[in-house]
Amino acid sequence: MADLIMTDVAKAYGEVKVLSNINLDIKQGELIVFVGPSGCGKSTLLRMVAGLESITGGTLSIDGIPMNDVPPAQRGIAMVFQSYALYPHMTVRDNMAFALKIAKKTKAEIDAAVEKAARILQLTPYLDRLPKALSGGQRQRVAIGRAIVRDPKVYLFDEPLSNLDAALRVATRIEIAQLKEAMPESTMIYVTHDQVEAMTLATRIVVLAGGGISQVGSPLDLYERPENEFVAQFIGSPSMNLLPGEIVETGAETVVKLSTGGLVRAAMATKTSDKGMKVNLGVRPEDMVPTEAAEHVFEGSVAFTEELGEVTVLYFDKKGDAAQVIAKLPGIHGDLRRKQVRLGVDPKKVHLFANGRSLLYR
Amino acid sequence: MIHQLVIAAITIVFGIGAAAFYFYGSNWLLDTMLPVRSGRPDAARNTRLTGLIRPWLFLGPAILALGLYLVYPVFASVWLSFHGRDGKEFVGFSNYIWLFNDAGFRESIFNNFLWLLVVPAASTFLGLVAAALTDRIKWGNFAKSLIFMPMAISFVGASVIWKFVYDYRAAGQDQIGILNAIVTYFGGTPEAWITLPFWNNFFLMVILVWIQTGFAMVILSAALRGIPEETIEAAVLDGANGLQIFFRIMVPQIWGTIAVVWTTITITVLKVFDIVLAMTNGQWNTNVLANLMFDWMFRGGGDFGRGATIAIVIMILVFPIMVWNIRNARREMEGR
Ligand SMILES: Nc1ncnc2c1ncn2[C@@H]1O[C@H](COP(=O)(O)OP(=O)(O)OP(=O)(O)O)[C@@H](O)[C@H]1O
Ligand SMILES: [Mg+2]
Repeated sequence: MADLIMTDVAKAYGEVKVLSNINLDIKQGELIVFVGPSGCGKSTLLRMVAGLESITGGTLSIDGIPMNDVPPAQRGIAMVFQSYALYPHMTVRDNMAFALKIAKKTKAEIDAAVEKAARILQLTPYLDRLPKALSGGQRQRVAIGRAIVRDPKVYLFDEPLSNLDAALRVATRIEIAQLKEAMPESTMIYVTHDQVEAMTLATRIVVLAGGGISQVGSPLDLYERPENEFVAQFIGSPSMNLLPGEIVETGAETVVKLSTGGLVRAAMATKTSDKGMKVNLGVRPEDMVPTEAAEHVFEGSVAFTEELGEVTVLYFDKKGDAAQVIAKLPGIHGDLRRKQVRLGVDPKKVHLFANGRSLLYR
Repeated sequence: MIHQLVIAAITIVFGIGAAAFYFYGSNWLLDTMLPVRSGRPDAARNTRLTGLIRPWLFLGPAILALGLYLVYPVFASVWLSFHGRDGKEFVGFSNYIWLFNDAGFRESIFNNFLWLLVVPAASTFLGLVAAALTDRIKWGNFAKSLIFMPMAISFVGASVIWKFVYDYRAAGQDQIGILNAIVTYFGGTPEAWITLPFWNNFFLMVILVWIQTGFAMVILSAALRGIPEETIEAAVLDGANGLQIFFRIMVPQIWGTIAVVWTTITITVLKVFDIVLAMTNGQWNTNVLANLMFDWMFRGGGDFGRGATIAIVIMILVFPIMVWNIRNARREMEGR
């Protein structure tokens, strides 16, 4: 068992509150990904779990044991740093063996653990090299190997792939996914900026923003049922369009009249008292489809397009002070610039937010 | 006193003025003689020529000074070492043969080896400890300036200070030297420290250690700060304690710098002269090579041949360390 529970965890540097009210219940075997804008405290939270930063409020427990005052090495965690943090003066073998040597394991035990980790990570040919004689991807694997040999209860990764080039990042991401599959009982916490990493690796994603948790859920949960406008716009690329409007019809389905001119049906139940409520209607660019029907979500002139072959991204002229609307259409559409385009949306793919929060979670 | 200050000030003004005049003047001359105005037919050739000549205008004075004060003396010393006391008749290797049979030389070289063993090691070690400790405390920068301060004192000045530390008055009198004051306070008998053969060497070494620790500390402190924080955090997570992190993670990462500091101090030690001259003048078995050289060269009528021979020996000792030191320093710079 390696459950990791955070109860009201908080972090302040003197007067500056960086994180507060963090409540998380991480089950053994989960791969939890922390995402959020730069500076929101992802690294800080991870380092608090590691014990590299003090916890200034609340409790962190692993397997039911409070860890707030337990030294990092005794928490049963291992961390992989963005910069690899390999010991530059030690060979790959010594890098991986260091923790075991400190723990006074026998030579046979150390050798066995190192050889095994090297085999899993295909590092065996490089065991006697110094880190500087390795490529970025190999260094990152050594860093992961250093974590594996310690056989920790919880693995912590802080943006482990961000120093790698795009192709290697994809390859290493798949390796990490396979590694996780090979060790189903181990718990992992993974910090990243990269949405694809988050969506593909995570059992659950934790979106951090404004010093707290914005939403926790499985990747598709966050995509399909974002709890608030922040999560809605943070997950998915390009971001979800938010259009201001007013509820004009309530019931099993809701009809919203948009201030930009459209009229949209949403497959979402509302109460009679909701009539007249000011809402923001959210539509993902990829959910917009060209339509001839009168009922549409947006109509406007295309400012410019990005043709990627697989998809065509349309950027519309701004209307008033509303944000720019973006649509992503599958396939190739020829030159649409300066043309009027009318877009509709499937009622099931419409999101409604009042005061920033989704009506789904009222 | 005032007179000397005025002379020093005038020298500085004239020195800097002359240097400025030389650089402006010579460059102006070059530009006038080989003008590179566009449109002239020879502009391209002149640009190339001035480009070739200009570096030498800047290098010239330094090369001249180094040649005159460093290269020439080396050859002159070698030449002198094969000649008699006034540098006239050729004597072959007899100066060297004399040297290796001389008791004074053996004493000096033995003392030099003692210095060599103790001072670089002690200074580097203390500097490293000081660097590691001052990096962790709030008033670390203040402590650092205190430790660094002796660097600003000349060797002779430092010797004068330490002469007071080791000062000796007959038993019963008030001891003005702090060491004897402490000894008598605890009921011991005062000693004339710098006259105690063998151990007095160490009392002199303390002075150089006191001076060089600051140097070692500053360089090593910078090196310690250059160690990536993550490697230390990784070691913390790996379960290493403070000492293990220091000796197994931090020190190995700055080995190159430690070696440079160590050898730099070693070279200083091989040339040590002022301290011995000011403290004991080589009496009571404290002589070292540089002082022996000075004695033979300039005292008792002067024996240029023997003095030069000792100088050559010192140079031969310093040379390999110097080469190693420069190589190391260069590798350090490339490594970053
Ligand atoms: N020592 C400190 N004193 C005060 N504030 C700090 C300190 N260290 C970090 N912070 C603040 O804590 C916040 C969170 O930092 P953190 O490094 O956790 O962000 P992050 O989410 O990892 O960002 P990024 O995605 O850029 O890595 C930042 O706003 C930062 O300014
Ligand atoms: Mg970070």
